[in-house]
Amino acid sequence: MNGDAIIVEGLTRIFNKNLVAVDHVNFSVKEGEIFGFLGPNGAGKTTTINMLITVLKPTEGKAKVCGFDILKQPSDVRNSIGVVPQEYTADEDLNGLENIILCADLYGIPREVSKKRAEELLELVELTKFNDKQVQTYSGGMRRRLELACGLINRPHVFFLDEPTLGLDVQTRAATWNYIKLLKKEYGMTVFMTTHYLEEADMLCSRIAIIDYGKIVTIGTPNELKEGLGGDIMTLSIKDDNTDISPVIEKVPNVKEVRKQDGTYRIKVLDGEETAPNILDVIRAEGHSVTRLSLTKPTLDEVYLEYTGKSMRAEEESREAMFRQRVTMRRAREGSR
Amino acid sequence: MTQNSNSKNPLHGLWALTNRELKKWYKNPYLFILSIIQPLIWMGLFGRAMNIGAILTSNPITLPTINPPLSIEQQIQLGKAFSNVSSTIMEKTFGTADYFSYMSVGIISFVTLFTTMFSGMSIVWDRRLGFLNKALSTPVARGSILMSKVFNAVIRSIIQAAIVLGFAFALGLTVGPNFTPINLLGVFAAVFLIGIGLSSIFIAIAIRSTRMETQMAVMNLLNLPLLFASNALFPTSLMPDWLQPVTKLNPITYVTDANRQLILHTINMQQLILDFVYLGVFAAVFSTIGIVLSWRYLSK
Repeated sequence: MNGDAIIVEGLTRIFNKNLVAVDHVNFSVKEGEIFGFLGPNGAGKTTTINMLITVLKPTEGKAKVCGFDILKQPSDVRNSIGVVPQEYTADEDLNGLENIILCADLYGIPREVSKKRAEELLELVELTKFNDKQVQTYSGGMRRRLELACGLINRPHVFFLDEPTLGLDVQTRAATWNYIKLLKKEYGMTVFMTTHYLEEADMLCSRIAIIDYGKIVTIGTPNELKEGLGGDIMTLSIKDDNTDISPVIEKVPNVKEVRKQDGTYRIKVLDGEETAPNILDVIRAEGHSVTRLSLTKPTLDEVYLEYTGKSMRAEEESREAMFRQRVTMRRAREGSR
Repeated sequence: MTQNSNSKNPLHGLWALTNRELKKWYKNPYLFILSIIQPLIWMGLFGRAMNIGAILTSNPITLPTINPPLSIEQQIQLGKAFSNVSSTIMEKTFGTADYFSYMSVGIISFVTLFTTMFSGMSIVWDRRLGFLNKALSTPVARGSILMSKVFNAVIRSIIQAAIVLGFAFALGLTVGPNFTPINLLGVFAAVFLIGIGLSSIFIAIAIRSTRMETQMAVMNLLNLPLLFASNALFPTSLMPDWLQPVTKLNPITYVTDANRQLILHTINMQQLILDFVYLGVFAAVFSTIGIVLSWRYLSK
């Protein structure tokens, strides 16, 4: 492999001849990185992942995973990847160990190897104590960990995670991130994940692509994306606010943009900490006094809003996808009751 | 990291998937007991409650007054003659004097039909719950995903057939002149073949479906016609002419005929071989269609 675990060129999927779920997408994932696919529901994340894991055929375009063509060498792709779908796919009537062994059998891994690997993986995700309990008795977090373990049974080069923490509560979500980091450290695989939680992408991913309406709108490291917004955000209010002093503030070096909204100024600045005193000096020189001031570093939240618009759009996926997501959410919550 | 070489055995995972389905059955005591009780109820209802033989034999018939009145001896003789006639009618119609025996072999076909019918449902469930996608992302053969459901239905059918036979013997099934315990292997072979064919059909219908409702409708549409347009409950020779060709195509007719020959009747070798050839072709054709469809349609 030449340093790229996944190469995607012009990948497109059209459903029912008119619904363009993924629209000529191009990107590549470097070997060893955690690559995040971020976007609102129905943006095309799961469709992209399903094409890369050879479950769905692209309408157009091509992609290589681990150097294998997803259309021409699907078996080689399948052998070199691990998949954790959005849904809880572990069989509820079987216990944890049986589920992992079932996955191993699907890869044709000999029993003596799979037994050892299963024990090791269960140990890593701390389910050894529960390996003989039926999965119906597991909590959402435990199920997610079991899915992670199942996905790694074939020691994949590329690990696909589709919404790995969907429906989990905040604490369990953070714990799940730690398990993902731990597994990544242990096995060193490339990770491709989709998510619509911003903290998750910020926390885990080395690079992020934001996808909306089936198109990639921006791509880069979390820091690059934040910096791409053009700096920090400063908000301030002024006493006796009758005149608009925006033009004055704009003249301060490093100030990129000033907007006055409902009596407060929203100022985009580079190097906020150093520029803020200069802005205050200018305002005082004009004879005004500042009553409130705040300075925020940009978060991925702002990046996300900038690129995808404010409102989170309603789910536009199929009825089937909706059903699966609801089942996942319900099961995730079951354990925490 | 080790790259898993493409498994040498193309059938890897087939047993694992089949066993997954079977475990749901045998590890769940309620489901297991219910599926055993069900054939028993059918046998009781159809075999005993609707005892067609009883219509002829147990109704006291008041003979019209004859002059001069019959002597006691004559009355007894007439009674005997009548019961001879009725058992001849039964024998001619059902091939055995005992409708219960006739019926209980039919129940084997019936139980197989109902068990295989549900194999389509399980693929719809797997699709809806995401397990199907998970399995499709592994190198397991697409055909194995389908065949695991077929084998699950077939294995269940054979076990249920054995249970039905056990009950039937306990309740007084009268075996035919050619019956030896070895014939039972033939019965299981016939159930095996019909099970493969029928469950392949039901899975092929469900292969792209995402709705349980559609699948239920298909099942309801097919099951009773398949059952009644066959010799499972009633001899086809007495059915109307327009129905005869349907019964001749219906595989249920062949499995039932094979089993009746093996258990109840005198074996007609030629007819028995024909039955098995038909069942074999039926199984081969529909499992092939199922596998080909699974390559093409299991992933969208």
